[in-house]
Amino acid sequence: MLSVSSLTKAFDQQPVFSGFDLTVNRNRFAVLIGPSGCGKSTFFDVLTGVIPADEGHIRWQGDEVAHLGDLAAYMHQKDLLLPWFSLLENSLLPAKTGGEDLGKARTRATQLFARLGLAGYEAHLPHEVSGGMRQRCALVRTLMFKRDLILLDEPLSALDAITRKSLQSLLLLLQSEFDRTMLMITHDVDEALLLADDLYLLSTKPMGIVEKIVLTGDKPRRFDNPELLAMKDRIMRKLTGDIEHVPC
Amino acid sequence: MSRANLLALAFLLLLFGLWEAACQIFTIPIFILPPPSIIVMTAVFQAPLILPHAFITGMEIICGIGLALAVALPLAMGMFAWPWLEKALSPFLVASQAIPVFALAPLLVVWLGYGMAGKILMAAIIIFFPITVSLLEGFKGCDREYRVLFRLMGAGFWQTMRYLYWPWALPHFFAGLRVGVTVATIGAVIGEWVGAQKGLGYLMIQANARLKVDLVFAVILWLSLMGLLLWFGVGWLEKKSIHWKNDQQFSQ
Repeated sequence: MLSVSSLTKAFDQQPVFSGFDLTVNRNRFAVLIGPSGCGKSTFFDVLTGVIPADEGHIRWQGDEVAHLGDLAAYMHQKDLLLPWFSLLENSLLPAKTGGEDLGKARTRATQLFARLGLAGYEAHLPHEVSGGMRQRCALVRTLMFKRDLILLDEPLSALDAITRKSLQSLLLLLQSEFDRTMLMITHDVDEALLLADDLYLLSTKPMGIVEKIVLTGDKPRRFDNPELLAMKDRIMRKLTGDIEHVPC
Repeated sequence: MSRANLLALAFLLLLFGLWEAACQIFTIPIFILPPPSIIVMTAVFQAPLILPHAFITGMEIICGIGLALAVALPLAMGMFAWPWLEKALSPFLVASQAIPVFALAPLLVVWLGYGMAGKILMAAIIIFFPITVSLLEGFKGCDREYRVLFRLMGAGFWQTMRYLYWPWALPHFFAGLRVGVTVATIGAVIGEWVGAQKGLGYLMIQANARLKVDLVFAVILWLSLMGLLLWFGVGWLEKKSIHWKNDQQFSQ
């Protein structure tokens, strides 16, 4: 369980967020959604320890930690594979930097390669395989982190429809099959609705949670579901509310 | 051979043809401007005289490159690791480029004598700057997302350097090295002009003083060949060490 309490960060006395609270339960898919520039990225930077918080506490499994830098894995919409390493070497990077036993790590990675349909491509360089395979390789690398919490930075927003679909199912796999807890930040309502269990709508300056929505629909979800479409409409209204509710 | 190469070769032959013809028609004496045929013949038949000097100059250039790398690599990494070091050093690095290196040549003779050391230092001084700057730029060009990834993997600076920054900066490094090796020749030759007992620069000065202009040109030809060899050598090394392809997603 991840719990963030009264987290505060200000730049030049302008608060980006102040007294921010958030709890993400184990094996949940939590999504923070807010307009661009609402402070999501700063929140992410504070969580990962890129910049220090002014005040507040971060707790993981009940223990207070300074940041999640060595507790969470990270997935980005780019697969972030290094072009100079083979797929297997890429997936072994967390083991190498973590000083793990490389023989064991190799066995584990090879198993995951087989599990995700990458068997036989271990020695290929990233540019030699398709985008979908690169994503699966990035997923193997994420799993090699051996970390229960996965931070997602707008993982789908810039992708084309097909790639998006395949990555979406991979992310759900990560939650369901591999039992990971997910925390995602995004400004993309679609990807939020497709993935989230707990959806948090954010206000801007200072960033705060306006509403928490618990989504119960089975995943993978599709937008032919009228409830989901109604929900999307409501969220869009809420996020752009200030503009649309001006009386004519 | 590609069409572009053929065109370049044709242009070269045309130029030499005109030069040759001009020498014949206007009967220009050899000690003013020898025709290309004489230059090539001198370069070939005087090889036993030229080669030992070329070897010395070549060694000076290679050692100069080695010395420059030995300074540039730690310097670029240090300035990248500690931004305060970059802030402290960069004005001096830029200022050092404002000093005409040739002006240092006589001083180097005073300090280091007529041997190879001064020439090696000359070559190194000229080329360490482009290498340092391009390497540093290469390190800094690394995308934020990759840094975050390595940070979350718990990688230390040296691990990140080895797996991420160094390969990332390699294309920049080679661009700098390519510029460096071509000007390294200048450094070594100037050093030899000012005071030396061996080397192609020394041979040129000697030949010039005796109006053996064909030998001067032959030495220039050898120098150009050495420069080309270095250029292609770096290109070959670059191809060998950058075996991956920078695709669209990973474009620098």
